[in-house]
Amino acid sequence: MDVIPLILVAAISGGTTLLFAVLGGILNEKAGVTNLGTEGIMLMGAVISATTYIRTESILFAVFVTLIVAGILGLVHAILCVTLRTNQTVTGLAMTLFGTGFSAYLGKPVAGLPISAKIPSFDIPGLSAIPFIGVMFQQFNLFILSSILLAIFLYVYMFKTSWGLHLKAVGDNPSTSDAMGISVVGIRYFHVIAGSMLMGLAGCYLVMVYSPSWIEGMTAGRGWIAIALIIFARWNPLFAIFGSYFFGGLDSLGFRLQLVEIAVPSYFLKMIPYIATILVLMFIGWKNRHKPSIEPKSLGIPYFREQRF
Amino acid sequence: MEFRKKWISQFLFATFMLVLLFALTACSQGSDSSEGTKEKEENTAAENSSDDSKEKKMPRVAFVYIGVPSDGGWTKTHDEGRELVDKTFGIKSTTVENVPEGPDAERVLEELAQDHDIIFATSYGYMDYVINVAKKYPNVTFLHATGYKKAENVGTYQVKGWESSYLAGTAAGLLAKNGKIGYVGAFPIPEVIYSINAFTLAAKAVNPDVEVSVVWSNTWFDPTAEKQAAETLLDQGIDVLANYQDSPTGIQAAAERNVWGMGNDADMSAYAPETYITNPIINWGDYYVQTVQSWIDGRWKSESYLGGLKEGMANIAPFGKNVPDKVKQKVEEVRKSIISGETVIFKGPLYDNTGQLRVAEGESLTDEQILSMDWLVEGVKGSIPKN
Repeated sequence: MDVIPLILVAAISGGTTLLFAVLGGILNEKAGVTNLGTEGIMLMGAVISATTYIRTESILFAVFVTLIVAGILGLVHAILCVTLRTNQTVTGLAMTLFGTGFSAYLGKPVAGLPISAKIPSFDIPGLSAIPFIGVMFQQFNLFILSSILLAIFLYVYMFKTSWGLHLKAVGDNPSTSDAMGISVVGIRYFHVIAGSMLMGLAGCYLVMVYSPSWIEGMTAGRGWIAIALIIFARWNPLFAIFGSYFFGGLDSLGFRLQLVEIAVPSYFLKMIPYIATILVLMFIGWKNRHKPSIEPKSLGIPYFREQRF
Repeated sequence: MEFRKKWISQFLFATFMLVLLFALTACSQGSDSSEGTKEKEENTAAENSSDDSKEKKMPRVAFVYIGVPSDGGWTKTHDEGRELVDKTFGIKSTTVENVPEGPDAERVLEELAQDHDIIFATSYGYMDYVINVAKKYPNVTFLHATGYKKAENVGTYQVKGWESSYLAGTAAGLLAKNGKIGYVGAFPIPEVIYSINAFTLAAKAVNPDVEVSVVWSNTWFDPTAEKQAAETLLDQGIDVLANYQDSPTGIQAAAERNVWGMGNDADMSAYAPETYITNPIINWGDYYVQTVQSWIDGRWKSESYLGGLKEGMANIAPFGKNVPDKVKQKVEEVRKSIISGETVIFKGPLYDNTGQLRVAEGESLTDEQILSMDWLVEGVKGSIPKN
């Protein structure tokens, strides 16, 4: 088989963890709430999925419990950041530290137990018959498919519906939205919780499909890459697909270059994603230098109804 | 309306406090149990000291770990050794987990040195801190794993990993029907390099056409990257995949494609029961018991201990259930001939994989040369990144 489609396959299966987490992060940030707790919530999602699956042997139930627990973590983040108006950066860091430690504590009984979940997978009719790149669409499992559908759905939701406009308004200018009768607090709570659920799903995919057993700290920094990817994707769910697969495939590309003995130091290959992020930011910044920034304008700023500027 | 809102925020605050309380109790439960063990230790220590007059004095032993015993790898192997020490001497050793290789290590070592007799520092990076603290506490005996700095009261110990890798390579060579073997290495450091070299030499000894493709993951622990490294090799159509990594992800990736798999440090058969072969493991326990015993007998001296198959420190995990008997028998033969000295692993003539003669005919590498190896033997497809 050719090398390029194989890298694409590796990019998709490795990048799906990132895609779920990035989509979750976009939902948070679009509502104006930074969530640096991604890494912690992913780990909690992974440990809960592993524990539930090993106890019940039901994939659906494991996903369900993961969504609930990740939702609760999102609720805590929302209570702290939206209602109690704490510093969002500090709260997010606290979530990550909490999630890392607590997941290790919860995971002791299931650490190292193999998870043999059979996730339904199938060839996508039509696309899988395409020569050369068709191999990408073979053996597509349900998680990968749903992550792509979710990205498309979120794109439509954010850019083509009035709810999406409300979301954008709350993220950009909460006091005006409030004056328009949009519930700022309600929208922020909803999106922080929903976004955290997606981060939990990222952990669920990692432990159920990609690396099927719970290992302490198994995300190994993927949560932070996901946060960088939000900016890389310019808060756009469709770009998030490409960004996630790009980052997901780079490791694979690096390993393959080692095999053909191209004299590129592997340390350099590890830097590529971050250099790419900076270049993309510079390019977009330069292209839009006369336009207003695309970043949600009230990102990271708690909303006080009576505050005057 | 105003009242209702106040009520909501109070309710939310109360919920938050409850969550916090829950988290705190969970945490304090954890620390309670560890304090409990500490108390127990002190009790046993006290009992031991009261027995002084009757018997020989039992040492107070401490272990410093880089990770946690549940890591399924490096720290687990040391903790199993610690258990054997406790059982043999009826003592309760102190353990300190998750000690980073930095100034914290010196602080931990110094605290332990104040009320312990023997301290095992089980990671390479503790080296300089061990030497510093040992100077201040000349009456405490320090043992440092995998390091090279010694002192009057500091000994080092190291496993001959190349001997167990040679056994693993024998099995891999016999099972690789198409002669293609993949090897995921963590970092291009001597420990991994000599393991790859011994593995390759063994595989070539039983199957001359073997080629071992090496990919460096540049991480000890990152399941996602390890899996991608494994899949890169699996895409080449290999028959056996070996992983010098801390997580079992590579073995799982091999099992998904029905390819034989090998891991590192611990028995990893549970992750791929059908396709698991075996892998090098380390047994520190006997060495720990010997060391403590010689301390009790008052004949401990600082040395650089190197344990191999003969001493039982290097070994391989039990074979997977589908490994043919023929392979097991051959591996046992090779084991015997290494122990008897008949097989010398790094014996000349040896060429590296660029064709340069590294060990001349009739010569063989010393332990020191092996422990600082920086070249790959002929038959390895891959290279060591240059800085």
